[in-house]
Amino acid sequence: MHKYANPTVFMGLANGILPWAGMAMALLFFAGLPMALIVSPADYQQGEAARIMYVHVPAAWMGLMIYGVMAAGSAGFLIWRHPMANLIARASAPLGAMFTAVCLVTGMLWGKPMWGAYWVWDARLTSMLILLFLYVGYLALADAFEDSERGDKAAAVLALVGSVNLPIIHFSVTWWNTLHQPSILTMNGFTVNAAMLWPLFLMVGAFMTYYVCILVLRLRIEILNAKIRNARRARAAEPAVNGATQQA
Amino acid sequence: MTRKRRRLYFIALGLFGLFAGTGLVLSAFQDNLVFFFSPTEMAAKKPSTGQRIRIGGLVENGSVNKNGETVTFTVTDMTSSLPVRYTGLLPDLFKEGTGVVVEGHLGTDGVFAASEVLAKHDENYMPKEVADALKKSGRWQETAAKAKTIAPTAP
Repeated sequence: MHKYANPTVFMGLANGILPWAGMAMALLFFAGLPMALIVSPADYQQGEAARIMYVHVPAAWMGLMIYGVMAAGSAGFLIWRHPMANLIARASAPLGAMFTAVCLVTGMLWGKPMWGAYWVWDARLTSMLILLFLYVGYLALADAFEDSERGDKAAAVLALVGSVNLPIIHFSVTWWNTLHQPSILTMNGFTVNAAMLWPLFLMVGAFMTYYVCILVLRLRIEILNAKIRNARRARAAEPAVNGATQQA
Repeated sequence: MTRKRRRLYFIALGLFGLFAGTGLVLSAFQDNLVFFFSPTEMAAKKPSTGQRIRIGGLVENGSVNKNGETVTFTVTDMTSSLPVRYTGLLPDLFKEGTGVVVEGHLGTDGVFAASEVLAKHDENYMPKEVADALKKSGRWQETAAKAKTIAPTAP
Protein backbone atom coordinates (compact mmCIF):
# COMPACT_ATOMS: atom_id res chain seq x y z
CA MET A 1 0.00 0.00 0.00
CA HIS A 2 2.77 2.43 0.92
CA LYS A 3 4.37 2.04 -2.49
CA TYR A 4 1.23 3.59 -3.99
CA ALA A 5 1.41 6.61 -1.69
CA ASN A 6 3.79 8.02 -4.30
CA PRO A 7 1.63 9.82 -6.88
CA THR A 8 3.99 8.97 -9.75
CA VAL A 9 3.92 5.25 -8.98
CA PHE A 10 0.15 5.33 -8.47
CA MET A 11 -0.56 7.26 -11.64
CA GLY A 12 1.68 4.87 -13.58
CA LEU A 13 -0.72 2.12 -12.58
CA ALA A 14 -3.84 4.25 -13.10
CA ASN A 15 -2.73 5.42 -16.55
CA GLY A 16 -2.07 1.80 -17.50
CA ILE A 17 -5.64 0.84 -16.50
CA LEU A 18 -7.27 3.78 -18.31
CA PRO A 19 -7.23 2.49 -21.95
CA TRP A 20 -8.53 -0.92 -20.89
CA ALA A 21 -11.27 0.59 -18.75
CA GLY A 22 -12.16 2.90 -21.64
CA MET A 23 -12.46 0.02 -24.08
CA ALA A 24 -14.50 -2.03 -21.63
CA MET A 25 -16.79 0.96 -21.06
CA ALA A 26 -17.35 1.43 -24.80
CA LEU A 27 -18.14 -2.27 -25.28
CA LEU A 28 -20.45 -2.43 -22.26
CA PHE A 29 -22.43 0.67 -23.33
CA PHE A 30 -22.51 -0.57 -26.93
CA ALA A 31 -23.96 -3.93 -25.82
CA GLY A 32 -25.91 -2.78 -22.77
CA LEU A 33 -27.91 0.16 -24.16
CA PRO A 34 -29.62 -1.71 -27.05
CA MET A 35 -30.09 -4.77 -24.83
CA ALA A 36 -31.73 -2.66 -22.12
CA LEU A 37 -33.77 -0.28 -24.26
CA ILE A 38 -34.80 -2.52 -27.19
CA VAL A 39 -34.03 -6.25 -26.89
CA SER A 40 -35.05 -6.93 -23.28
CA PRO A 41 -38.74 -7.75 -22.74
CA ALA A 42 -41.26 -5.33 -21.21
CA ASP A 43 -42.27 -6.03 -17.62
CA TYR A 44 -45.50 -7.92 -16.90
CA GLN A 45 -46.87 -5.27 -14.54
CA GLN A 46 -45.04 -2.03 -15.41
CA GLY A 47 -44.73 -2.53 -19.18
CA GLU A 48 -42.19 -0.42 -21.04
CA ALA A 49 -41.81 2.02 -18.13
CA ALA A 50 -39.74 -0.61 -16.27
CA ARG A 51 -36.87 0.20 -18.65
CA ILE A 52 -36.03 3.22 -16.46
CA MET A 53 -34.62 0.52 -14.15
CA TYR A 54 -31.59 0.09 -16.44
CA VAL A 55 -30.44 3.61 -15.62
CA HIS A 56 -32.00 4.09 -12.17
CA VAL A 57 -30.63 0.95 -10.50
CA PRO A 58 -26.99 1.21 -11.73
CA ALA A 59 -27.00 4.91 -10.81
CA ALA A 60 -28.26 4.09 -7.30
CA TRP A 61 -25.67 1.35 -6.80
CA MET A 62 -22.89 3.61 -8.03
CA GLY A 63 -24.05 6.40 -5.71
CA LEU A 64 -23.72 4.00 -2.75
CA MET A 65 -20.52 2.30 -3.94
CA ILE A 66 -18.70 5.57 -4.61
CA TYR A 67 -19.66 6.83 -1.15
CA GLY A 68 -18.12 3.63 0.22
CA VAL A 69 -14.94 4.35 -1.75
CA MET A 70 -14.96 7.93 -0.46
CA ALA A 71 -15.40 6.83 3.17
CA ALA A 72 -12.65 4.19 2.85
CA GLY A 73 -10.33 6.73 1.23
CA SER A 74 -11.08 9.22 4.00
CA ALA A 75 -10.29 6.60 6.65
CA GLY A 76 -7.01 5.79 4.87
CA PHE A 77 -6.17 9.48 4.87
CA LEU A 78 -7.11 10.17 8.50
CA ILE A 79 -5.45 7.05 9.94
CA TRP A 80 -2.43 6.41 7.70
CA ARG A 81 -2.14 9.91 6.15
CA HIS A 82 -2.16 8.17 2.76
CA PRO A 83 -2.15 11.09 0.26
CA MET A 84 -3.55 9.10 -2.66
CA ALA A 85 -6.44 7.81 -0.54
CA ASN A 86 -7.42 11.43 0.07
CA LEU A 87 -7.10 12.34 -3.60
CA ILE A 88 -9.25 9.33 -4.61
CA ALA A 89 -11.93 10.41 -2.12
CA ARG A 90 -11.85 14.00 -3.41
CA ALA A 91 -11.89 12.96 -7.06
CA SER A 92 -14.78 10.53 -6.45
CA ALA A 93 -17.12 12.97 -4.70
CA PRO A 94 -18.48 14.82 -7.78
CA LEU A 95 -19.01 11.51 -9.58
CA GLY A 96 -20.92 10.06 -6.65
CA ALA A 97 -23.03 13.21 -6.43
CA MET A 98 -23.81 12.97 -10.15
CA PHE A 99 -24.88 9.30 -9.96
CA THR A 100 -27.02 10.00 -6.89
CA ALA A 101 -28.68 12.92 -8.67
CA VAL A 102 -29.32 10.73 -11.74
CA CYS A 103 -30.84 8.11 -9.45
CA LEU A 104 -33.15 10.65 -7.81
CA VAL A 105 -34.26 12.27 -11.09
CA THR A 106 -34.91 8.98 -12.91
CA GLY A 107 -36.70 7.75 -9.80
CA MET A 108 -39.04 10.76 -9.86
CA LEU A 109 -39.76 10.28 -13.55
CA TRP A 110 -40.49 6.62 -12.82
CA GLY A 111 -42.58 7.28 -9.72
CA LYS A 112 -45.14 9.53 -11.37
CA PRO A 113 -46.48 6.99 -13.90
CA MET A 114 -46.15 3.95 -11.60
CA TRP A 115 -46.94 5.12 -8.06
CA GLY A 116 -48.89 8.23 -8.96
CA ALA A 117 -46.43 10.69 -7.34
CA TYR A 118 -43.07 12.20 -8.26
CA TRP A 119 -41.92 12.31 -4.69
CA VAL A 120 -42.97 11.01 -1.28
CA TRP A 121 -41.09 11.34 2.00
CA ASP A 122 -40.63 7.65 2.64
CA ALA A 123 -37.47 6.24 4.24
CA ARG A 124 -35.78 5.14 0.99
CA LEU A 125 -36.30 8.39 -0.91
CA THR A 126 -35.40 10.57 2.07
CA SER A 127 -32.21 8.65 2.92
CA MET A 128 -31.13 8.80 -0.74
CA LEU A 129 -31.70 12.57 -0.75
CA ILE A 130 -29.56 12.80 2.40
CA LEU A 131 -26.82 10.94 0.50
CA LEU A 132 -26.88 13.66 -2.16
CA PHE A 133 -26.64 16.34 0.57
CA LEU A 134 -23.67 14.49 2.11
CA TYR A 135 -21.88 14.55 -1.24
CA VAL A 136 -22.63 18.25 -1.70
CA GLY A 137 -21.54 18.94 1.89
CA TYR A 138 -18.30 17.04 1.34
CA LEU A 139 -17.53 19.03 -1.82
CA ALA A 140 -18.29 22.34 -0.12
CA LEU A 141 -16.33 21.52 3.04
CA ALA A 142 -13.24 20.21 1.21
CA ASP A 143 -12.71 23.63 -0.39
CA ALA A 144 -14.01 25.81 2.45
CA PHE A 145 -10.64 26.39 4.14
CA GLU A 146 -7.73 28.61 3.18
CA ASP A 147 -5.44 25.84 4.38
CA SER A 148 -6.23 22.93 2.05
CA GLU A 149 -5.12 20.31 4.57
CA ARG A 150 -7.72 21.47 7.10
CA GLY A 151 -10.35 21.18 4.37
CA ASP A 152 -9.15 17.66 3.57
CA LYS A 153 -9.44 16.62 7.21
CA ALA A 154 -12.84 18.20 7.83
CA ALA A 155 -14.26 16.67 4.67
CA ALA A 156 -12.78 13.25 5.51
CA VAL A 157 -14.46 13.32 8.93
CA LEU A 158 -17.78 14.25 7.28
CA ALA A 159 -17.39 11.36 4.80
CA LEU A 160 -16.81 8.90 7.65
CA VAL A 161 -19.71 10.20 9.74
CA GLY A 162 -22.01 10.08 6.69
CA SER A 163 -21.20 6.42 6.08
CA VAL A 164 -23.81 5.61 8.73
CA ASN A 165 -26.35 6.47 6.02
CA LEU A 166 -25.26 3.61 3.70
CA PRO A 167 -26.82 0.69 5.65
CA ILE A 168 -29.85 2.90 6.33
CA ILE A 169 -30.42 3.38 2.58
CA HIS A 170 -29.98 -0.31 1.85
CA PHE A 171 -32.20 -1.62 4.64
CA SER A 172 -34.76 1.23 4.61
CA VAL A 173 -37.14 -0.87 2.51
CA THR A 174 -37.05 -3.82 4.93
CA TRP A 175 -36.89 -1.97 8.26
CA TRP A 176 -39.78 0.34 7.49
CA ASN A 177 -42.89 0.44 5.33
CA THR A 178 -42.00 2.45 2.25
CA LEU A 179 -43.68 3.29 -1.04
CA HIS A 180 -40.45 2.29 -2.78
CA GLN A 181 -40.36 -1.39 -3.71
CA PRO A 182 -38.21 -3.85 -1.70
CA SER A 183 -34.67 -4.64 -2.90
CA ILE A 184 -34.30 -6.82 -5.99
CA LEU A 185 -31.44 -8.59 -4.19
CA THR A 186 -32.93 -11.10 -1.73
CA MET A 187 -31.67 -14.15 0.17
CA ASN A 188 -32.77 -16.30 -2.78
CA GLY A 189 -30.94 -14.22 -5.39
CA PHE A 190 -32.28 -11.53 -7.67
CA THR A 191 -36.02 -11.09 -8.18
CA VAL A 192 -35.48 -9.96 -11.78
CA ASN A 193 -35.96 -12.40 -14.66
CA ALA A 194 -32.71 -13.39 -16.44
CA ALA A 195 -33.82 -11.71 -19.70
CA MET A 196 -33.88 -8.38 -17.82
CA LEU A 197 -31.12 -9.08 -15.31
CA TRP A 198 -28.34 -9.46 -17.88
CA PRO A 199 -28.98 -6.10 -19.56
CA LEU A 200 -29.05 -4.62 -16.04
CA PHE A 201 -25.64 -6.11 -15.22
CA LEU A 202 -24.21 -4.84 -18.52
CA MET A 203 -25.37 -1.34 -17.60
CA VAL A 204 -23.91 -1.67 -14.10
CA GLY A 205 -20.60 -2.70 -15.71
CA ALA A 206 -20.79 0.24 -18.11
CA PHE A 207 -21.41 2.69 -15.24
CA MET A 208 -18.56 1.19 -13.18
CA THR A 209 -16.00 1.40 -15.99
CA TYR A 210 -17.18 4.96 -16.67
CA TYR A 211 -16.47 5.77 -13.03
CA VAL A 212 -12.96 4.25 -13.28
CA CYS A 213 -12.17 6.24 -16.45
CA ILE A 214 -13.36 9.58 -15.11
CA LEU A 215 -11.73 8.90 -11.75
CA VAL A 216 -8.31 8.46 -13.39
CA LEU A 217 -8.78 11.67 -15.40
CA ARG A 218 -9.88 13.55 -12.28
CA LEU A 219 -6.92 12.18 -10.31
CA ARG A 220 -4.57 13.69 -12.89
CA ILE A 221 -6.22 17.06 -12.29
CA GLU A 222 -6.10 16.64 -8.49
CA ILE A 223 -2.37 15.85 -8.64
CA LEU A 224 -1.69 18.85 -10.87
CA ASN A 225 -3.68 21.02 -8.46
CA ALA A 226 -1.62 19.73 -5.55
CA LYS A 227 1.59 20.52 -7.46
CA ILE A 228 0.37 24.04 -8.20
CA ARG A 229 -0.50 24.56 -4.53
CA ASN A 230 2.93 23.39 -3.44
CA ALA A 231 4.68 25.58 -6.03
CA ARG A 232 2.65 28.64 -4.89
CA ARG A 233 3.52 27.94 -1.28
CA ALA A 234 7.22 27.62 -2.13
CA ARG A 235 7.05 30.86 -4.10
CA ALA A 236 5.27 32.72 -1.33
CA ALA A 237 8.07 31.72 1.02
CA GLU A 238 10.81 32.90 -1.35
CA PRO A 239 10.66 36.75 -1.27
CA ALA A 240 10.89 36.77 2.49
CA VAL A 241 14.16 34.87 2.27
CA ASN A 242 15.45 37.22 -0.44
CA GLY A 243 14.36 40.27 1.52
CA ALA A 244 16.19 38.98 4.57
CA THR A 245 19.41 38.48 2.63
CA GLN A 246 19.16 41.93 1.02
CA GLN A 247 18.79 43.65 4.37
CA ALA A 248 21.78 41.80 5.69
CA MET B 1 1.14 2.37 20.75
CA THR B 2 2.08 4.20 17.57
CA ARG B 3 0.17 7.27 16.51
CA LYS B 4 -1.28 5.41 13.53
CA ARG B 5 -2.59 2.70 15.85
CA ARG B 6 -4.08 5.30 18.14
CA ARG B 7 -5.82 7.07 15.26
CA LEU B 8 -7.14 3.72 13.97
CA TYR B 9 -8.65 2.81 17.38
CA PHE B 10 -10.01 6.30 17.86
CA ILE B 11 -11.80 6.29 14.51
CA ALA B 12 -13.01 2.68 14.86
CA LEU B 13 -14.43 3.46 18.31
CA GLY B 14 -16.01 6.68 17.07
CA LEU B 15 -17.69 4.94 14.15
CA PHE B 16 -18.90 2.12 16.40
CA GLY B 17 -20.49 4.65 18.76
CA LEU B 18 -22.01 6.55 15.85
CA PHE B 19 -23.53 3.42 14.27
CA ALA B 20 -24.83 2.12 17.61
CA GLY B 21 -26.29 5.52 18.53
CA THR B 22 -27.97 5.93 15.16
CA GLY B 23 -29.39 2.42 15.43
CA LEU B 24 -30.91 3.23 18.84
CA VAL B 25 -32.39 6.51 17.62
CA LEU B 26 -33.88 4.89 14.53
CA SER B 27 -35.47 2.06 16.48
CA ALA B 28 -36.90 4.57 18.95
CA PHE B 29 -38.51 6.55 16.15
CA GLN B 30 -39.86 3.50 14.27
CA ASP B 31 -43.41 4.89 14.26
CA ASN B 32 -42.29 8.17 12.66
CA LEU B 33 -40.13 6.51 10.03
CA VAL B 34 -42.71 4.24 8.45
CA PHE B 35 -44.46 5.76 5.45
CA PHE B 36 -47.70 3.95 6.28
CA PHE B 37 -49.26 1.57 8.77
CA SER B 38 -50.73 -1.80 7.92
CA PRO B 39 -54.43 -2.30 8.80
CA THR B 40 -53.40 -4.45 11.81
CA GLU B 41 -51.08 -1.74 13.14
CA MET B 42 -53.79 0.87 12.64
CA ALA B 43 -56.33 -1.22 14.56
CA ALA B 44 -53.86 -1.40 17.47
CA LYS B 45 -53.22 2.36 17.43
CA LYS B 46 -56.88 3.38 17.24
CA PRO B 47 -56.40 6.78 15.55
CA SER B 48 -59.09 9.35 16.26
CA THR B 49 -61.51 9.95 13.40
CA GLY B 50 -60.34 12.84 11.30
CA GLN B 51 -56.62 12.27 12.04
CA ARG B 52 -54.68 12.10 8.77
CA ILE B 53 -52.77 8.85 8.32
CA ARG B 54 -51.55 6.52 5.59
CA ILE B 55 -52.57 2.88 5.38
CA GLY B 56 -50.96 0.35 3.08
CA GLY B 57 -51.38 -3.27 2.07
CA LEU B 58 -52.87 -5.36 -0.71
CA VAL B 59 -56.10 -4.53 -2.52
CA GLU B 60 -58.25 -7.48 -1.50
CA ASN B 61 -59.32 -9.73 -4.35
CA GLY B 62 -62.93 -9.13 -5.41
CA SER B 63 -63.31 -6.05 -3.19
CA VAL B 64 -63.10 -3.28 -5.82
CA ASN B 65 -66.45 -1.65 -6.49
CA LYS B 66 -66.73 1.27 -8.89
CA ASN B 67 -69.69 3.63 -8.75
CA GLY B 68 -69.13 6.51 -11.15
CA GLU B 69 -66.07 8.42 -9.94
CA THR B 70 -66.20 6.87 -6.50
CA VAL B 71 -64.51 3.56 -5.84
CA THR B 72 -64.60 1.40 -2.74
CA PHE B 73 -62.17 -1.39 -1.96
CA THR B 74 -60.58 -3.21 0.96
CA VAL B 75 -56.92 -2.91 2.02
CA THR B 76 -55.62 -6.03 3.74
CA ASP B 77 -52.41 -7.33 5.31
CA MET B 78 -53.96 -10.83 5.46
CA THR B 79 -54.53 -10.46 9.23
CA SER B 80 -56.95 -7.55 9.30
CA SER B 81 -58.48 -5.40 6.61
CA LEU B 82 -59.92 -1.95 6.20
CA PRO B 83 -62.67 -0.72 3.87
CA VAL B 84 -61.68 2.38 1.86
CA ARG B 85 -63.68 4.92 -0.12
CA TYR B 86 -62.01 7.18 -2.69
CA THR B 87 -63.19 9.63 -5.33
CA GLY B 88 -60.80 10.49 -8.13
CA LEU B 89 -58.33 9.05 -10.59
CA LEU B 90 -56.55 5.82 -9.66
CA PRO B 91 -52.94 5.08 -10.65
CA ASP B 92 -52.52 2.70 -13.61
CA LEU B 93 -51.02 -0.05 -11.46
CA PHE B 94 -54.02 -0.09 -9.09
CA LYS B 95 -55.38 -3.64 -9.30
CA GLU B 96 -56.84 -6.33 -7.08
CA GLY B 97 -54.11 -8.35 -5.38
CA THR B 98 -51.43 -5.64 -5.74
CA GLY B 99 -49.96 -3.16 -3.27
CA VAL B 100 -51.59 0.16 -2.46
CA VAL B 101 -51.02 3.06 -0.05
CA VAL B 102 -53.97 5.31 0.80
CA GLU B 103 -53.81 8.65 2.61
CA GLY B 104 -56.81 10.09 4.41
CA HIS B 105 -58.73 9.65 7.65
CA LEU B 106 -60.96 7.13 9.32
CA GLY B 107 -64.61 8.15 9.01
CA THR B 108 -67.20 7.81 11.76
CA ASP B 109 -68.79 4.97 9.77
CA GLY B 110 -65.57 2.92 10.05
CA VAL B 111 -64.79 3.44 6.36
CA PHE B 112 -61.44 5.04 5.55
CA ALA B 113 -61.97 8.17 3.45
CA ALA B 114 -58.95 8.38 1.15
CA SER B 115 -57.87 11.66 -0.44
CA GLU B 116 -54.90 10.10 -2.24
CA VAL B 117 -54.25 6.61 -3.58
CA LEU B 118 -50.71 5.52 -4.53
CA ALA B 119 -49.78 2.19 -6.09
CA LYS B 120 -46.93 0.16 -4.59
CA HIS B 121 -45.55 -2.41 -7.01
CA ASP B 122 -43.43 -5.34 -5.85
CA GLU B 123 -39.80 -6.18 -6.64
CA ASN B 124 -40.51 -8.91 -9.20
CA TYR B 125 -39.62 -8.16 -12.81
CA MET B 126 -40.39 -10.62 -15.60
CA PRO B 127 -41.81 -10.75 -19.13
CA LYS B 128 -45.58 -11.23 -19.40
CA GLU B 129 -45.19 -14.77 -20.80
CA VAL B 130 -43.18 -15.86 -17.75
CA ALA B 131 -45.77 -14.36 -15.40
CA ASP B 132 -48.57 -16.16 -17.26
CA ALA B 133 -46.68 -19.47 -17.19
CA LEU B 134 -46.05 -19.12 -13.44
CA LYS B 135 -49.72 -18.42 -12.80
CA LYS B 136 -50.71 -21.42 -14.94
CA SER B 137 -48.35 -23.80 -13.14
CA GLY B 138 -49.56 -22.53 -9.76
CA ARG B 139 -46.15 -21.25 -8.71
CA TRP B 140 -47.27 -17.63 -8.43
CA GLN B 141 -46.26 -15.85 -5.23
CA GLU B 142 -48.62 -16.55 -2.35
CA THR B 143 -50.75 -13.56 -1.40
CA ALA B 144 -49.65 -13.76 2.25
CA ALA B 145 -45.96 -13.65 1.29
CA LYS B 146 -46.68 -10.76 -1.04
CA ALA B 147 -48.48 -8.82 1.69
CA LYS B 148 -45.33 -9.20 3.82
CA THR B 149 -43.12 -7.59 1.16
CA ILE B 150 -45.57 -4.72 0.69
CA ALA B 151 -45.71 -3.91 4.43
CA PRO B 152 -42.65 -5.49 6.10
CA THR B 153 -43.49 -4.15 9.56
CA ALA B 154 -46.91 -5.78 9.60
CA PRO B 155 -47.09 -8.53 12.26
